[in-house]
Amino acid sequence: MKLSVLAEKLALKPVTEMCDKEITGVYISDMVSDVIANAKPGDLLVTVQIHNNVIAAANLVDIAGIVVTQGKLPTEDVRKMAEKAQIPIFSTDLSRWQVTTMLYEAGVR
Amino acid sequence: MNESRWSTGEPRVPWEGAEILYGESIRIVGDDFEHGGEAAAKIKAILKQFGLDPAVIRRLSIANFEAEMNVIMYAQEAEMQLQVLPDAVRVILSDRGQGIPDIGQALQEGYSTATPRMRQRGFGAGLGLPNIRRNTDEFEIISTPGVGTTLRYTIHLQG
Ligand SMILES: Nc1ncnc2c1ncn2[C@@H]1O[C@H](COP(=O)(O)OP(=O)(O)OP(=O)(O)O)[C@@H](O)[C@H]1O
Ligand SMILES: [Mg+2]
Repeated sequence: MKLSVLAEKLALKPVTEMCDKEITGVYISDMVSDVIANAKPGDLLVTVQIHNNVIAAANLVDIAGIVVTQGKLPTEDVRKMAEKAQIPIFSTDLSRWQVTTMLYEAGVR
Repeated sequence: MNESRWSTGEPRVPWEGAEILYGESIRIVGDDFEHGGEAAAKIKAILKQFGLDPAVIRRLSIANFEAEMNVIMYAQEAEMQLQVLPDAVRVILSDRGQGIPDIGQALQEGYSTATPRMRQRGFGAGLGLPNIRRNTDEFEIISTPGVGTTLRYTIHLQG
């Protein structure tokens, strides 16, 4: 499923420049070592952790995009870094659990 | 001066005198969270240019990121040395720092001495060293408390 389609369905707010990509899976975690070892290339990462080390990790393992939950927002530096790495970041006020159920309902399995 | 050593994997290439096709050395500074992950990113870009198998690049990138963040969190400074060999890629990371008093304990999943500030950033799961172990074919840790730690890890190419 395309990132843009998902963002629309879940009413996610893009906080970086959009570069549309195909999402092939989802990984949900707030521990950086868990993310880097277990997220697959093309995954959408759902997390509350949004700082430069997370973007670096996401870029190293080719994560396609990031959804930041609980209304958290990346700083300007982090946004720039994500744009350079072409990893779109979306923000939502929903919890990780709410996002999870909505992703499932949207057809991401 | 109590050096301890731990290693796993079948050593295929001698540490001294191997044919090195390409070498690169990158400095990592303790507490520099701001740049955490950049050494690993630099090495990934180099390996991509070499056209290495993406699976190998992924495994080495995971190991490098974990090793780099550990220097930032637990040491003062280090050099991350990449060596591309004819049939392997390896990294030697020597840091000046507090060292690891009990390597066996540090390698256990879930063991961590991360501070609350590090945990707030999503570190401290105690998965870094286990991730390096799982993603490499040879892995060696040499550490002297109060002096520093050297990690050496290798991924074999084709088989
Ligand atoms: N370079 C180092 N110098 C000194 N101590 C280290 C070093 N690397 C690791 N350690 C010690 O080993 C412990 C385990 O390291 P490991 O990377 O497995 O987990 P962590 O860094 O605590 O958490 P995570 O990597 O999951 O964020 C660390 O908490 C620290 O006490
Ligand atoms: Mg670690």
